[in-house]
Amino acid sequence: MIHVKNLSLSIHGTPILDQVSLTIAEGQIFGLVGESGSGKSMTALALMQLLPTGAVATGHARLDGTDLLALPEAGMRALRGASLAMIFQEPMTALNPVQPIGVQVAETLLIHGAADRGKARKIARDCLHRVGLGHIGTEVYPHALSGGQRQRVCIAAAIALRPRLLIADEPTTALDVTTQAQILDLLKALVTEQNMALLLITHDLAVVTDTASRIAVMHQGRIVEQGKTTDILRRHRHPYTRTLCKASAHRPERQNHAAPEPLLQLSKVVRLYPGRRQGFFRRGTPLRAVDGVSFDLHYGESLGLVGESGCGKSTLARAILGLEPIQGGRITAFGKPVSPQLPNALRARIQVVFQDPYGSFNPRWRVEHLVAEPLHLMANPPVGRARRDHVAEALKAVHLTPKDMDKYPHEFSGGQRQRIAIARALMTHPDIIVLDEAVSALDVSVRARILDLLATLQTRMKLGYLFISHDLTVVRAITDRVLVMQAGRIVEHGATRAVFSSPRHACTRTLLQAAPGLRAM
Amino acid sequence: MPPFGRSSRKDTPFPAFRTRETGFNLGAMLRYALHRLFSLTLSLMGASVVIFLVIEVIPGDSATFMLGLNATPETVAALREDLGLGGSLWERYWAWASGMVRGDFGTSYTYRVPVSDLVLDRLWVSLPLALYALSLSALIAFPVGLVAAAGRGTAADYGIMGATQLGIAVPNFWFAMLLVLIFAVNLQWFSAGGFPGWEHPGAAMKALTLPAIALALPQASILARVMRSAVLETLDQDYIRTARARGLSHRQAVLRHALRNALIPVLTIIGLQFSFLLAGAIIIENVFFLPGLGRLIFQGITQRDLVVVESVTMLLVFAVILVTFLVDLAYAAVDPRIRQT
Repeated sequence: MIHVKNLSLSIHGTPILDQVSLTIAEGQIFGLVGESGSGKSMTALALMQLLPTGAVATGHARLDGTDLLALPEAGMRALRGASLAMIFQEPMTALNPVQPIGVQVAETLLIHGAADRGKARKIARDCLHRVGLGHIGTEVYPHALSGGQRQRVCIAAAIALRPRLLIADEPTTALDVTTQAQILDLLKALVTEQNMALLLITHDLAVVTDTASRIAVMHQGRIVEQGKTTDILRRHRHPYTRTLCKASAHRPERQNHAAPEPLLQLSKVVRLYPGRRQGFFRRGTPLRAVDGVSFDLHYGESLGLVGESGCGKSTLARAILGLEPIQGGRITAFGKPVSPQLPNALRARIQVVFQDPYGSFNPRWRVEHLVAEPLHLMANPPVGRARRDHVAEALKAVHLTPKDMDKYPHEFSGGQRQRIAIARALMTHPDIIVLDEAVSALDVSVRARILDLLATLQTRMKLGYLFISHDLTVVRAITDRVLVMQAGRIVEHGATRAVFSSPRHACTRTLLQAAPGLRAM
Repeated sequence: MPPFGRSSRKDTPFPAFRTRETGFNLGAMLRYALHRLFSLTLSLMGASVVIFLVIEVIPGDSATFMLGLNATPETVAALREDLGLGGSLWERYWAWASGMVRGDFGTSYTYRVPVSDLVLDRLWVSLPLALYALSLSALIAFPVGLVAAAGRGTAADYGIMGATQLGIAVPNFWFAMLLVLIFAVNLQWFSAGGFPGWEHPGAAMKALTLPAIALALPQASILARVMRSAVLETLDQDYIRTARARGLSHRQAVLRHALRNALIPVLTIIGLQFSFLLAGAIIIENVFFLPGLGRLIFQGITQRDLVVVESVTMLLVFAVILVTFLVDLAYAAVDPRIRQT
């Protein structure tokens, strides 16, 4: 139904796509896999003819015989949203914040003149009902919805005119595992029901293994391998596919080094958020974001903390870092209480690495400045030459070169930036590092190398890791013990292997079932 | 559809608030308005205390000033009593503030008439002038800013950006004189100054036209630039791309999705501009011999007519706060996220 033949693309003369060819049949789910920068999204945008300025595309892309690349803009507009629909990665920003969701779904119908106002509203309601949002009504604004619900709204708007092809560009990357599974199920059901074709673009091999019947692996603007999903995964003829598969299932070599003495102890920790204002003085009941959490972390141990988004993982992390006060219980590190008044000498021993290194770096600082920042926590911080040596040493520890010191963060790739963030965390020779989704934004091959690095550092420095993630594959690969959190409480804990092989709590089972490809790989 | 109805209910973040946040909720809007009104009333009270104290600490009171250097202490004391300058600080503040609330602004020392009459006369010139200038400014700036944003990097964009730069740079009194020279002296379409009063609305509007244009030029230039950058910023948002994927043309995406989101910074500037136009038109009022509020406060200051200064300042603060309140309401009307705070 859709035939792409020898699609090449360059932007301002830089080649982006090289002879991409693929075919998708009716009712088929076609997975397009590759790491960031491989050209997946550009392939999709070329089909939609929504390319950035300066882009020149050659080749053919036929949808039911019509060559999309040869169509004028007016002809393309008639197809977009009608025969050819697309949903994007970021559901949080993909909807207009000042329009009710029903209006945005109905717009697809109105713009194509497919229905009058009243009828469009009715169809919009049906579509929202179909994607599982029937109970919230059409008058709700996007800000009142969760990420998963917003993605459902986008899907509703995309399927309103029963398109022939739906392109989903990383539709679940920003969502947690359970929501991801629900969205993927919804897409699968819609494909069967409407007999449309689905081009599912993702960096996550696991997502396509469960969903797509055919996949194509993309690398540096080319499709290096394509065929039936089972064939590709079983045989991986192409060396790149093999690397990709290996990297996504990668487990760093490490032993359990946990020492008997505890490093960090939490006992019945409670973190309350004030309730919503109800009038001038009255407030609603406070939200118990963290509700009686207790656990120990030992020297040299990796402890995983998993749970759906919004379960309180990050709130707990902020309390452990002494950034926010707790309203009950005790947190002690090295035998001393942790609170926002934590003395600098102790603060230096608890460091953190966040998910988005770019967001946690000041873009106008050089790497030397960035990495040296935690030094102010020390009583006698090294200065001048000594400081540069110190930074160089930290950079070497994360396999960067001392020369990188004089560069700015934008000069590095995502993986390198995360290395810089780890170097920064190592500066004060900490005992505890909190890794809050530290590898979630990275490509699988980069992620594999960072996990190796973390394992090596741990062995060498006896670090205690608190590894917070919604990605169960990673947690299984790097942690000794795991805590499962739900609605502010720890509902299950134990040795990682035991919890993963025989989960006891329903929440753990849901998480494991939702995790795509965890069984397959 | 059983499988989806069940699963979706799970990712509703706050099921309890679901009904409350549904659509345009008049109750939420009213609650928000009351909330804003409450905090603005507090600011108004704070401002009145500051104004009163500042006027109080200025050395030399009005009685001494009015009677001249040769007055005996007894006459000064008598006049002070007469002017209501006796009593404790608190009593005087209370008399002044409560008078304001009742609409009694005191009596001007120099004109010997109630300040409220003076202010009201002037307000009938300044308020229409400000509104006139602001409407002109918005009428010019909206389409101009939008055209510049929609055609980013084109000749039209560069032309508009250059023109607005010039509009900001040109001093408005010079521009006003230029207008007088062209339209009043040479072409003789308008009179060069003065105000005939509202008995002849047509003539009054005509007399305000040149001043309004002179005032609107720099404001329109600023507003057009704000409009352009606000629209450009929203054009980079993901929901514009979603709209394009839905089949909207670039122009439709701008008009249907970018415009309303871009209005928020634009409203902020409009609010600030109105406050400025109401009192800041003093130079233009002088060029065109208009009896406006700016001239009144200027005369009050030079003649040490502190009652006038105090009252007009307070009135302007009130106007600013009122406009802020209206802008706040406009925010909430535009953006559903603001209504629930």
